[in-house]
Amino acid sequence: MNTELSSVENFTAEAKPTFSFNPKKFMLWLAIASITMSFAGWTSAYLVRRAEGNWLEFEIPRIFWYSTGVMLISSLFMHLSVRAAKKDQFGPLKTAISITFALGLVFLYLQVQGFYELVSQKLFLVGNPAVSFFDVLIFIHGLHVISGLIVLIVSFVSAWQMKIHSKNRNRIEMAAMYWHFLDGLWLYLFVFLLNFR
Amino acid sequence: MATAALTHDAHSHEHEHHEHHEQNFIQKYVFSEDHKMIAKQYLVTGIIWAFIGGLLSILFRLQLGFPDMKLDGLRWLLGEWINPEGKLESEFYLALVTMHGTIMVFFVLTAGLSGTFSNFLIPLQIGARDMASGFLNMLSYWFFLVASVIMLCSLFISTGPAAGGWVIYPPLSAIPTASNGSGMGMSLWLVAMALFIVSQLMGGLNYVTTIINLRTRGLSFSKLPLTIWSFFLTAVLGILSFPVLLSAALLLIFDRNFGTSFYISEIYIGGEALPQQGGSAILFQHLFWFLGHPEVYIVLLPALGITSEVIATNARKPIFGYRAMIGSMLGITLLAFIVWAHHMFVTGMNPFLGSVFMFLTLIIAVPSAVKGFNYITTLWKGNIVFTPAMLFSIGLVSLFIAGGVTGIILGNAALDIQLHDTYFVVAHFHLVMGSASFFGLMAGVYHWFPKMYGRMMNNTLGYIHFWLSFIGVFCVFFPMHYIGIAGFPRRYYSFSTYDMTNSFADLNQFISVAAIITFAAQGLFAWNFFYSIFRGKKSVQNPWRSTTLEWTTPVVVGHGNWEGPIPAVYRWPYDYSKPGAVEDFIPQTVPFSSTPESNLPEENEQIALEKTIEELHPYQKEVSAKSGGH
Repeated sequence: MNTELSSVENFTAEAKPTFSFNPKKFMLWLAIASITMSFAGWTSAYLVRRAEGNWLEFEIPRIFWYSTGVMLISSLFMHLSVRAAKKDQFGPLKTAISITFALGLVFLYLQVQGFYELVSQKLFLVGNPAVSFFDVLIFIHGLHVISGLIVLIVSFVSAWQMKIHSKNRNRIEMAAMYWHFLDGLWLYLFVFLLNFR
Repeated sequence: MATAALTHDAHSHEHEHHEHHEQNFIQKYVFSEDHKMIAKQYLVTGIIWAFIGGLLSILFRLQLGFPDMKLDGLRWLLGEWINPEGKLESEFYLALVTMHGTIMVFFVLTAGLSGTFSNFLIPLQIGARDMASGFLNMLSYWFFLVASVIMLCSLFISTGPAAGGWVIYPPLSAIPTASNGSGMGMSLWLVAMALFIVSQLMGGLNYVTTIINLRTRGLSFSKLPLTIWSFFLTAVLGILSFPVLLSAALLLIFDRNFGTSFYISEIYIGGEALPQQGGSAILFQHLFWFLGHPEVYIVLLPALGITSEVIATNARKPIFGYRAMIGSMLGITLLAFIVWAHHMFVTGMNPFLGSVFMFLTLIIAVPSAVKGFNYITTLWKGNIVFTPAMLFSIGLVSLFIAGGVTGIILGNAALDIQLHDTYFVVAHFHLVMGSASFFGLMAGVYHWFPKMYGRMMNNTLGYIHFWLSFIGVFCVFFPMHYIGIAGFPRRYYSFSTYDMTNSFADLNQFISVAAIITFAAQGLFAWNFFYSIFRGKKSVQNPWRSTTLEWTTPVVVGHGNWEGPIPAVYRWPYDYSKPGAVEDFIPQTVPFSSTPESNLPEENEQIALEKTIEELHPYQKEVSAKSGGH
């Protein structure tokens, strides 16, 4: 116990770091840069391959417009949950996180439906690279959304345990950052796929 | 486990002291979150990998140097890979080359070099208790270890490891039936590399975050040791380029396992057309080299950073052109991303594109030459102390220059058409990136061994190790230039068919003998290293009389690095042999106010600013008194 005490004393004596940005948040920014690079890799591969010809043009199913809308709305609720945390409104906080989570699930469901719609039009993963690229991109983005859902579950649990409040917003802010990134990433992919068919 | 969870919780506050905290064996040596232990884990794993990778190269050098040699004696190790005539199986030769490249580039010179020294030196040289996230750091090592185990297992499966070259170009890598190594071996390669990339990303995030966020008071970017600059830029390179390799590998996995055709098109096997159509193998090369080229600098930059530090310390002189060194490293980092297609001049690329990439490639000669000149001018008229680390650093400079010059030749599209895929290329990259980085690694180990283990390595063994390695490396790789110009292609199993190639048989023999001697010399190092960990002479606190922060820690560094408060930094790390100073070095922790005899006019102006650094900490006077009283 003595050691514990002395370490607390030392804690108060420890100097401030030179850069006051939260290291964990900074790390998340770097991770986002890293994920962005992998998608930049895929989309540039897409463009390079597309320029070589033998490229199948197909209509993107309407359902992807709906999923895009759902993703945008989910981001809105994510934003509301951060606002609720700032104001210590724990009820709305939990509701907003839950709605974000549910919308995330709906988004994934719609993406899968979109995939099956393509299949019903005989546009398979195996075949012309145009479709393969499309499927792989929505698949990988979906995987990232699943990771985002896990982050949301963790945030929900910490909100439940009252670990998220106006004085301790790191966790919810990082979750929101990641979720908005996933939203933006999908917007980028969607606009990209619409433009370069 | 409950207590572990509790103590972890209690210590989850940032910047807390950890040194009083008793750890059990598992926490201390196995699942350690301490950056120094993780660094040692990386180092030892890297050394083991280096011996495995080296051994593989000796096996194929035996084949190249002595094509008629009976290798029955190796059957206990290689089994079926020695054919009934007692010779190396030709397909296994390709597997050996592939695995040698993969192991050396990724597992030794990326993980073993960056993993060891970024982890070890970043917190110690910037004055931090540990990495920004110890847990992520631990995960990074364990992902690397799992990747290592999988890659090692792939060496022992019956169809052999991946055999399509370390660059795993499709279609050899994309069609599981293409060759023995394209099946299970290739799958394991991909799994291992995916884990490896994840490990490197976690490491890289930590390095960059730690350097930016956790520097001690007064340590601005313009006062960072060049080692830290190099680790920083290396990590940035990794964060931005490794994900692209992951992208490429994922598409490859889809091609291999799900039948898509990203990289495969119109291929016939046994007269039967494969269903895949419309893929582009060149696409893979673009994606691969977008990582592959930055990877060269991921391997080299830490070695250059270590060399800067070791040369300045042992020449007892400030590094020549500190800012130019940073600038050239920044330049190299930037250029690394826009030169990848110089690996692809002969793929049928648009010649105009080729000339653009040629131009960009040749620009790299400028920052590289700046670095070369700065090393030499730092040595010029220095009070050189020839420690083994210093010898390896000077060796690095010679290798970097000798190998870099041929880079200018190979960077020319017109010349590359002649020299592409010959031993000239092998000679080039083994000198400039392979051996140079290896020498940097060795310099780092010899230099920071006292800090790692509190003991010294044996100098005499170090000198013998250096001279055998140095002469050996040049004997191995220098003749390869001639063999390459003579037209010997890489990755060929045997050159005994034509008169033209037969006339170089003796040179190949010479290379093989030199390689075996050089490899054997590394045994001296291994002995020296492991023996000194336990029995080496006890080290003093600052054995090289160096200025940087890590030497202000206790001889045996505890968890948390500094026993008292973390020292502040007042000056750049290269105040060696400063005119007027009492000793020939002034540590970074000594304020200008206590060295009026050696201050330059502009440094006297800095004294006023030192107050702001001191005010950041209540115990500051005590600290500067302690570390400044040399």
